[in-house]
Amino acid sequence: MLSIVETIWRVFTHAFRKRVTVLYPEEKPYLAPRYRGRIILSRDPDGGERCVACYLCAVVCPVDCIALHATEDEHGRRYPEFFRINFSRCIFCGFCEDACPTYAIQLTPDFEMSEFNRQNMVYEKEHLLISGPGKYPGYNFWNVSGVAIGGKDKGQAENEGRPVDVRSLLP
Amino acid sequence: MTSPYPIASILGILFASLTIAAGLIWLERRLLALWQDRYGPNRVGPFGLAQVIADAIKIFFKQDWVAPFADKPVFIIAPAIILVTVLLSFAVVPFAPGIVVSDPNIALLFFLGMSSLGAYSVVLAGWSSNNKYALLGSLRAAAQLLSYEVFMGLSVMGVVMLAGSFQLSEIVHAQRGLWFVVPQFLGFILFLIAGVAETRRLPFDLPEAESELVAGFHSEYSGMKFGMFFVGEYLGVTLISAMITVLFFGGWLGPVLPPVVWFLLKMFFFISFFILLRASLPRPRFDQLMSWAWKLLLPLALLNLIVTGAVVLLLA
Amino acid sequence: MAKVYVDNRAFEMNEKQNLLHGCLSLGFDLPYFCWHPAMGSVGACRQCAVKQYKDENDTKGSIVMACMTPASEGTRISIRDPEAVEFRAAIIEGLMLNHPHDCPVCDEGGECHLQDMTVMTGHNYRRYRFEKRTFRNQYLGPFVNHEMNRCIQCYRCVRFYREYAGGEDLNVFSLRNTAFFGRGNDGVLESEFAGNLVEVCPTGVFTDATLKRHYTRKWDLQMAPSICVHCGLGCNVTAGERYGMLRRIVNRYHKEINGYFLCDRGRYGYEFANSDRRIRQPLLAGEPVAPEAACESLKAAVSAGHVIGIGSPRASLESNFALRTLVGEENFYAGIQDDQHGVLSLIVDVLRSRPAQVVSLAGVEASDAVLVLGEDVTNTAPRMALSLRQSVRQKPNRVAEQLRIPLWLDHAVREAVQGDKGPLFIATPAPTRLDNTATRTWRAAPDDIARLGFAVAHVLDPDAPDAPGLGESEQALAGEIAAALRDARRPLVVAGSSLNSTALVQAAANIAKAIDAAGGRAGIVFTVPEPNSMGLTLMNPKPLREALAREAGTVIVLENDLYRRAPAATVDRFLRRAENAVALDHLLNRTVEQAGLVLPAATYAEGDGTFVNNELRAQRFFRVLAPVDNIRDSWRWLATSWSALDEVVVAIGESMPELQQIREAAPSAAFRIAGEKIARAPARCSGRTAMLANIDVSEPKPPEDPDSALAFSMEGAGKQPPPSLLPYFWSPGWNSIQSVNKYQEEIAGPLRGGPAGVRLIEDSDRTAARYFGPAPDAFHPRKGEWLLVPLYHIFGSDELSRHASAVRELSANAYLALSPDDSAELEIADGGELIIEDFRAPVKIAAGMARGMVGVPAGIPPFDGLRLPMWSRLSKP
Ligand code: SF4
Ligand code: SF4
Ligand code: SF4
Ligand code: SF4
Ligand code: FES
Repeated sequence: MLSIVETIWRVFTHAFRKRVTVLYPEEKPYLAPRYRGRIILSRDPDGGERCVACYLCAVVCPVDCIALHATEDEHGRRYPEFFRINFSRCIFCGFCEDACPTYAIQLTPDFEMSEFNRQNMVYEKEHLLISGPGKYPGYNFWNVSGVAIGGKDKGQAENEGRPVDVRSLLP
Repeated sequence: MTSPYPIASILGILFASLTIAAGLIWLERRLLALWQDRYGPNRVGPFGLAQVIADAIKIFFKQDWVAPFADKPVFIIAPAIILVTVLLSFAVVPFAPGIVVSDPNIALLFFLGMSSLGAYSVVLAGWSSNNKYALLGSLRAAAQLLSYEVFMGLSVMGVVMLAGSFQLSEIVHAQRGLWFVVPQFLGFILFLIAGVAETRRLPFDLPEAESELVAGFHSEYSGMKFGMFFVGEYLGVTLISAMITVLFFGGWLGPVLPPVVWFLLKMFFFISFFILLRASLPRPRFDQLMSWAWKLLLPLALLNLIVTGAVVLLLA
Repeated sequence: MAKVYVDNRAFEMNEKQNLLHGCLSLGFDLPYFCWHPAMGSVGACRQCAVKQYKDENDTKGSIVMACMTPASEGTRISIRDPEAVEFRAAIIEGLMLNHPHDCPVCDEGGECHLQDMTVMTGHNYRRYRFEKRTFRNQYLGPFVNHEMNRCIQCYRCVRFYREYAGGEDLNVFSLRNTAFFGRGNDGVLESEFAGNLVEVCPTGVFTDATLKRHYTRKWDLQMAPSICVHCGLGCNVTAGERYGMLRRIVNRYHKEINGYFLCDRGRYGYEFANSDRRIRQPLLAGEPVAPEAACESLKAAVSAGHVIGIGSPRASLESNFALRTLVGEENFYAGIQDDQHGVLSLIVDVLRSRPAQVVSLAGVEASDAVLVLGEDVTNTAPRMALSLRQSVRQKPNRVAEQLRIPLWLDHAVREAVQGDKGPLFIATPAPTRLDNTATRTWRAAPDDIARLGFAVAHVLDPDAPDAPGLGESEQALAGEIAAALRDARRPLVVAGSSLNSTALVQAAANIAKAIDAAGGRAGIVFTVPEPNSMGLTLMNPKPLREALAREAGTVIVLENDLYRRAPAATVDRFLRRAENAVALDHLLNRTVEQAGLVLPAATYAEGDGTFVNNELRAQRFFRVLAPVDNIRDSWRWLATSWSALDEVVVAIGESMPELQQIREAAPSAAFRIAGEKIARAPARCSGRTAMLANIDVSEPKPPEDPDSALAFSMEGAGKQPPPSLLPYFWSPGWNSIQSVNKYQEEIAGPLRGGPAGVRLIEDSDRTAARYFGPAPDAFHPRKGEWLLVPLYHIFGSDELSRHASAVRELSANAYLALSPDDSAELEIADGGELIIEDFRAPVKIAAGMARGMVGVPAGIPPFDGLRLPMWSRLSKP
């Protein structure tokens, strides 16, 4: 019984506390670098598109708002032919960033992307692709993968031995 | 002491109570925010006051949808009942000398009767929605309103004994020396609790318990029909606060300020208190709710009645 | 059934099988790699380790390989035993040491058995920090992509390729701890079943090279149960779609037919549906028109009277029936070459009279003595060749049985058998790919092959008509074949329509009946060229020549290129004479070019319907693509009153009692599981709210499907649908095609939920068949004239798969095959040119061809209109 009264009293005292609400937009809040806002696609340290079109972000997205299609360049490097995010559906959960094996897809500290026309919330690859590596400067997926691409032959990735073929197998 | 300008009174009180109810929506949101360290609506108009208007416009423009499986006539009537019963109750509330629609000698009984009728609104709404959550909500409402009505009536009997009248203006006049809250403190507490339950406000909002029953008896309501329930609820809060003021806190009595101001001050104090209750208390389980009513509050009310009766007899 | 205790609970397991088979049949998740339900166990990968206990008092137990341990009565094992669990995790870790960090760019990802097993064992962190082994890849042709780094040395590929499919050019080359699985040199894989490596290999070493060009993960594919359209066997396939494009075909297990494997024509022929020769809009006088206008003009053409309808063996029963109804039974003609029509009608008669059990492919596989009459099975009914390769193991396997070696113990059995092969006799005009498995082959003209057949029947049962005047060696051969068939437990005769010879079919029927008469239990199977050859024949259409001779006001050609069915001049004349020529088809062809009105017809990817296969099994295929452009089912274009498939199916049954049963081929469109349709797309299909957002950010409602119980959606029944409606195989933790385990009553047994498709004839009620006779006259080479016989090509002879880009790469070009003696006589060298029937083509000297004949590639331009076999003159340019 008393505890109820005490509760009521304690809640009442909150009338005299400082309010936590930040009065956006007059006052801009601090956004941490890992804030989950507008999504971008980043590039390798050497400037190549990082995304390898593995479809993992698309499949993990709980609202299915990522669509892409894989294609390959003449040397076998895979990349997305198109990459589309429907931000009018995105819930900024960050699962896509979590799932991405290449650090290509990243959420950024920017949420000011309202539009009057919903169609403008659909971002294509040219809207998403930035020119740097974003939060993860050093990483290049192709350096750890065993697939040969232009400029990186078999056996040239990290910790790889010399490639073997039928002929080099002869004793 | 009926008003000399009955029509003006009627219109005035109707207008005032509806305005207050609407304003309460804003007040409640602001106060809740205050107690939760937020701001609440503060963008539309000064202090966000125009938020109410914006909301009203919005609610008027919402699709007025009747579920195809609902019992249509009943479904439509239900929200009107609550509005009508509560508004009728306001007819007997003496806001100040001269500011009352009618002041019959059975005013208190009229109030109790009307508040019982209000239960129909909720029960019919749930029943006609033809939806299991709505029905469950209305069943709860029926049980709850019935149980709390019993000792609500009993809890004010002490006041009646002290004042010797059911006429509300008489009751106010009887408090010239001492507000009844002092001799009838237990009665006041009981009436307060019953009042919260009667208006189905948190913590006693089990009939709509959104975490269990979607929205309880008004799950299927939308647009202005829902709006009527909404306004009805705030009118109910206003009414109960007004009744507390009348029965226990000397109505319009008070020094210096004009009587009606005193009345409104007291009434808003209790409205705010209702909101504070909502901000601080969690919802009990339904079985707890019922056992309090019958096993704790009803005996207490009876005890209050007996003791008051005894004291009155002794003093007489 | 044996009682086996798994983790102290008693279960029933098939005692003829191993523990892995038993555990998986019971639904346990026990990881494995090297074992394959169709290929047995070799114990190579050590992944299926379980703890085995001597008895209930044994608490220590010992680790054994489940796939190498028989499920004998009273066996006690534990899957959950911590040591076994740890052992399995350690094995995976070992396999993963050198595994590349490739999943994101690996085409196997998302349907990778290695991924599944890794997750299942709980290995999730690579501790190995040293150098990884790497390999160079090879070019293996347009079908299969090679990425050797990902190999885990399970040896499934070579076991399948060499031991199961009889291929020779894929091998393992190993030195120290490096094993390279590939060819001696870069080059196209020779086996016609190489595509199965994609499914057999548990990792991404061998992947579908055509899929790679338009890569989509399995989880993103909208899939539907379909039937292969590239030959008459009716293999069950799963078609996958994304963004309105057919992406790939994979095997859909059917115990009686294709089992676990497909041929490469079936797997890779699908790309014709994406061909740029597709007709996507109705064309009126060559100009695209609205579908309504097209319908109007069709109606006008039909009401003009004198309508002729030409049906198609590659169109569904429903489409043929719709045409038949539109033009009337008496104006409905078979769109098949006349000789072939005769042969197919005879085959239907034989199947109806049932001289022997009509076997399906599983029956072919179980046969222990086989005579192939005239068919180059690898090229006319490819999947059957794979079954025949297994049939030769049946008899030798009895040796293993006597030695009490269980048949699943694959290498022990092969050791015991020592490469011994059971009887398989092949009599064809030219060498075939199965020759290396055959006991004896015989090269002769079609009539001579039929005579050999008659002789065999006569040896088996003297009542059967003989082929008089047979040479001594042939008589001896007939005796040998007859003896083999008589001694066999399950003898089989294979014949077909490819040589357009009724005598061959008669001979086969006679042999089957003769075996029966001699007390054997004969099986018979015929190959037919197209997916609905049998269905069309069952509708009793009139022969094509009668149509071509008729004067017609309007000609409606259903999914057919008449120029492949009759000589060009005849067809030209016929089409020109008609006032209106209407063609319904998928791809531009010569007939379509001649037609005034062209209606875009659905392929198996865009339409629904029923096919009847070579053993008279009616099977339904379902569209995987939502309606695109103005492509519609042919039956929809032609329908007079029906609006949904089921109505047509019912109408067929009412009009043709023999086809009544096709209703049971699959559940109707009203079928629901717990009130829900069956989703074509997997629950985890991605991109629903973004796929079409570039067009409109508001997602459209998924298209309705009035024709089937399948929905164009990822939302649908959670329970397993019946086999004929199975859009894909998937089970929690089993993302690869190996999840079929979870759909079978028992591993390698039938799928749960009843049959898929329905046999229109029952084996039980066998009517007394009569012997056919007399045998044809012997073939005599003529002076100056040559018998042109069709030679078939798995890649190229089929009308549709020719237009698939990968298949086209391997398609045969025109040539003329001559025996070495004949070419010597003509003084023409290999590669030199000859002219027949106005067509010029290079000569190919085919060792083993019989004399007096010229092999002409069937279905390959410019020879695709020739009526083969025929006598013709050869001339030098
Ligand atoms: S943040 Fe979440 S909702 Fe948005 S695209 Fe990524 S996975 Fe999808
Ligand atoms: S998960 Fe990363 S690499 Fe893969 S498709 Fe998405 S953005 Fe590209
Ligand atoms: S084979 Fe499987 S585990 Fe290996 S890289 Fe490919 S998807 Fe990953
Ligand atoms: S290539 Fe594939 S099937 Fe062959 S051994 Fe390696 S992992 Fe096994
Ligand atoms: S599956 Fe048993 S050892 Fe490979």
